[in-house]
Amino acid sequence: MSSRLNIELPGLTLKNPIMPASGCFGFGREYSQFYDLSKLGAIMIKATTVEPRFGNPTPRVAETSSGMLNAIGLQNPGLEKVVSHELPWLSQYDVPIIANVAGSLEEDYIEVASQISKASNVHALELNISCPNVKTGGIAFGTIPEVAKQLTRKVKEVSEVPVYVKLSPNVTNIVEMAKAVEDGGADGLTMINTLVGMRLDLKTGKPILANRTGGLSGPAIKPVALRMIYEVSQAVGIPIIGMGGIESAEDVIEFFYAGASAVAVGTANFVDPFVCPTIIEELPILLDQLGYEHITECRGRSWQEHGQLTYHRA
Amino acid sequence: MIKKELCKIISQEEIAKDIFQLTVEAEFVKEIKAPGQFVHIRVDKSFDPLLRRPISISSVDSKNSRFTMIYRKEGKGTSLLAEKGPGILLDILGPLGNGFPVDEVHEGETALLVGGGIGVPPLYELSKQLIAKGIKVVHVLGFQTESAVFYEKEFLENGETYITTVDGSYGSKGFVTDIIKDLEFDSLYTCGPTPMLKAIEKGYGHKKVFLSLEERMGCGVGACFACVCNSSSDINDVSYKKVCSDGPVFRAGEVLI
Ligand SMILES: Cc1cc2nc3c(=O)[nH]c(=O)nc-3n(C[C@H](O)[C@H](O)[C@H](O)COP(=O)(O)OP(=O)(O)OC[C@H]3O[C@@H](n4cnc5c(N)ncnc54)[C@H](O)[C@@H]3O)c2cc1C
Ligand SMILES: Cc1cc2nc3c(=O)[nH]c(=O)nc-3n(C[C@H](O)[C@H](O)[C@H](O)COP(=O)(O)O)c2cc1C
Ligand code: FES
Repeated sequence: MSSRLNIELPGLTLKNPIMPASGCFGFGREYSQFYDLSKLGAIMIKATTVEPRFGNPTPRVAETSSGMLNAIGLQNPGLEKVVSHELPWLSQYDVPIIANVAGSLEEDYIEVASQISKASNVHALELNISCPNVKTGGIAFGTIPEVAKQLTRKVKEVSEVPVYVKLSPNVTNIVEMAKAVEDGGADGLTMINTLVGMRLDLKTGKPILANRTGGLSGPAIKPVALRMIYEVSQAVGIPIIGMGGIESAEDVIEFFYAGASAVAVGTANFVDPFVCPTIIEELPILLDQLGYEHITECRGRSWQEHGQLTYHRA
Repeated sequence: MIKKELCKIISQEEIAKDIFQLTVEAEFVKEIKAPGQFVHIRVDKSFDPLLRRPISISSVDSKNSRFTMIYRKEGKGTSLLAEKGPGILLDILGPLGNGFPVDEVHEGETALLVGGGIGVPPLYELSKQLIAKGIKVVHVLGFQTESAVFYEKEFLENGETYITTVDGSYGSKGFVTDIIKDLEFDSLYTCGPTPMLKAIEKGYGHKKVFLSLEERMGCGVGACFACVCNSSSDINDVSYKKVCSDGPVFRAGEVLI
C-alpha cells in the first residue's frame, strides 16, 4: 500500500507525504501517546531559537469560523535543549525530522541551522521566515525578497542538510518571494504559514488575543494556500510541501493537484489527534476511487497540459 | 492514558439558568485518576466550531462507566452541546490534565472547597472523595445571582455549605472571600474565575492551597503551547507550565496567576 505513497524530496525519503506541521505537534511526545510516530512521512518540529523563549502572554488562541488565530510567539526550550533532549528522544522512531529554524537576527538563524542540522535524525531544515507573531525578525525576513534570499544563502552555507524555506502568505507577491529564495539556493519551499488576523471580544471591544493579532490557520485558509501553491509551483523548479487547512485525504489530493509534492497537517491535529494516521490510511482508497496508481500522478494536474495526464484511468 | 472516544449521552438537563448537567458513558472512565481532571469535547462533526471545548469532570460513576459534566451555555460550542439529547454519540478526548491531590489531607482534618460559578463542578467529585476518606469538608460556593445557583443540595449532603451571590439575591451577598475569612481549615481547594483565585492565593497562599486554572486551549494535550503560564516569580524567566497537561490544578505559588 505504502509504495503508492512514497515520495523522494531533497534530503527526504518519505514513506508517505503526510507530516504534522511545525508548532502543531510540539516535539512529538504528546501525540506519541496516540499512535506510533513511525507511521508518519516526517515530523516538522516546533520552531527552535538559539535561546529558550517564553512567547507571548495569554490568551494565545482565539477561535474563528472554521479556523483559529494563534499568537504563541515561538515558545520553545531553546537550541541546546532541543538538540540534547528532544531530537534524541525522537530518534527512537523511524521518521525523518524537519527542524523549523527561527530567530530575530541573521546570526540566530545561522547558529540554529548549523547546530541543529548536525543531528542525525534531522534530514532537512524549514527556515521559518514567516512567523507573524514575533516583533522583530521573522516576518521581515519573509516579506522582503532580497532579505529572504540573502538569509537563505547564508543558511545554506552552514546547513548540513537541505533547506526548505517557509513562505508567508502575508505578502502581495508570493511568486516573487518564492523565486527569491530559490535564487538564494533553497532546496524546497513549505507554504503557507498563517495569515495575520484579529478577533474582538464582544463585551470589552478589545482584541481577544493578548498579542492583539495572531496567525489564522485551519480549514478557513485552505483556498488561499491552494491558490498560492498553484501560482508558485508553476514558477519555480523546487518542490513544495503544502499546508493550510488540511484535514482529510481529499484535501491532500487537492494540494497535490495545486502543485504540492508533500503536505503538512497543522491545526487539524488539535481537532482530531489521529488525523495524520487516518489520512495515511485513507489515501490509497481515495487513489483507487480516483483511478491513480501513485500519489505523484496527482501533482500539478491543475496546471498541467492535458497531454501530460497520461496516468488518469477514471 | 488519554483516549479519544465516541461517548453515548445518557442524559442532559438544564439544572439552573443556562447551566446543563450532561452524563455520558465512556470506557475511559477507568483512566480517570483524580477529581479536577477535564475532557476536551468536539461538539460537532463540522469544522465550525473548530476547536474542542474543555469541560471538567464533575462526578464519576465507575461502576456504570459514566461520568457527569456541568457546564454553562455560553457561546457557539456550548450552545450546540446543549441541544444534544440522550443516545447521541459525542467525540470526547480524555481524561486530561492533573487533578486535585486528595492525599494531601488526612483523616480528621478539614478541607475547604471554594468554587466560583462554573468553577464549582469539579469540586463535587473532590468533595465526594474527601468525605470517603473521612475528611471534614466545608464548601463555599459563589454565584452571580439566584438563578445561577446549582448543586446546593448535593454539596450540603457532604458537609457545611455556604452560598454567596454577587447581587445578594440568594445566600449571603458578596464574594466567597468574605465567608472564608471566618473559617478554619487545614487545606483549601479552589476553582473559579481568575480574580477569585488571585484573591485566595494572596490571602491564604501560605497555607496548603490548590488552585484549578482556566486558559484558552488549542490541543488540550500539551503540544501547542497555547495554555502556558509562567511558573516563576521572575516574569522574564522562561520557565513555564502548561495548564492542559501540567495543570489545570496547581499548588499555590507554583505558577503566576
Ligand atoms: C480546564 C478547564 C475546565 C473547564 N471546565 C468547565 C466546566 O466544568 N464547566 C463550564 O461551564 N466551563 C468550563 N470551562 C470553561 C469552558 O471551556 C468554556 O466556557 C467554553 O470553552 C466556552 O465555549 P463556548 O463555545 O461556549 O464559547 P465561545 O465563545 O464560542 O468559545 C470560543 C473559544 O474560546 C474558548 N473559551 C471561551 N471561554 C473560555 C474559558 N472560560 N476557558 C477556556 N476557554 C474558553 C473556547 O473553548 C473556544 O475555543 C473549563 C475551561 C478549562 C480550561
Ligand atoms: C498553534 C500553532 C503554532 C504554530 N507554530 C509554528 C511554528 O513554530 N513555526 C512555523 O513555521 N509555523 C507554525 N505554525 C504554522 C503551521 O505550521 C502551519 O503553517 C499553519 O498553521 C497552516 O496549516 P494548518 O491550517 O494545517 O494549521 C503554527 C500554527 C499553529 C496553529
Ligand atoms: S492547549 Fe495545547 S499546550 Fe495546552
